[in-house]
Amino acid sequence: MSPLSACLVLSCLLFACGLGAVLIRRNAIVVLIGIELMLNAANLNFVAFWRYGPNPEALTGLMFALFALAIAAAEAAVGLALIIAVYRRHRSSDVDAADELRG
Amino acid sequence: MSVLFVLLAGLTLGAAWAAVTLRNLVHAALCLIGSLAGLGLIYIQLDAEFLGLAQILVYVGAVAILIVFAVMLVRGTEPLVGRLSTSPWLGGAITVLLAALLLWAVSKSPRLRAPTPPAPTVTVKAIGQQLTRDYVVPLQGIGLLLTAATLGAALIALPRRGSNPPSTPP
Repeated sequence: MSPLSACLVLSCLLFACGLGAVLIRRNAIVVLIGIELMLNAANLNFVAFWRYGPNPEALTGLMFALFALAIAAAEAAVGLALIIAVYRRHRSSDVDAADELRG
Repeated sequence: MSVLFVLLAGLTLGAAWAAVTLRNLVHAALCLIGSLAGLGLIYIQLDAEFLGLAQILVYVGAVAILIVFAVMLVRGTEPLVGRLSTSPWLGGAITVLLAALLLWAVSKSPRLRAPTPPAPTVTVKAIGQQLTRDYVVPLQGIGLLLTAATLGAALIALPRRGSNPPSTPP
């Protein structure tokens, strides 16, 4: 197995862990943890393709991963604030508790 | 594929699996921190030292603290039991199918067997020059986004005055 495919397999399994958490668990914080794992799996792909790709001197994959890191930090802050707001209103961190918009 | 990579990948995957399966939210948050730190070490092993250190700084330093604080603020009245969604079997089937599809695509791709190129020399100076020359507009945009996200997070999490007073403990 080449190093690039090893990285891709690791990233794929990390993504599956995150997706499973989002689809199966009900606690909002665990759902957020799953989203973080999926973002990081995508970031690992950027870095792996940058490192083993044809033109690593251009630094494109590295820059993209750096910006994705910053966006993930902003997303975590807003997501956790939303969880706290929903908890304050419904007294529950269950994602099924906030269902006022359900038709 | 070196022994070091296998060890780090095992640490990352094991911690990620524990983070999404553990019932105790504090343990899950700690396992997430371990997984993300392992990913940072993998970045360092992939010759992206700056990104690896930034990953450890941002995730282990900042996001982990945020998650632990949210667990602390939210957990109060709830038992430490994470319930499952209404259709866990469907979610599990989708997850397994997607993982199998991605693994199949990775194993079938012919371009992944290219020889490994020599390690690029990436200095922090080169990254800084790229950031301030070619990527200066995205950099300013990220600064604006982070400011807006911080203000927005504070605004969202502020208690509404008068509408829903928090119950005071006796």
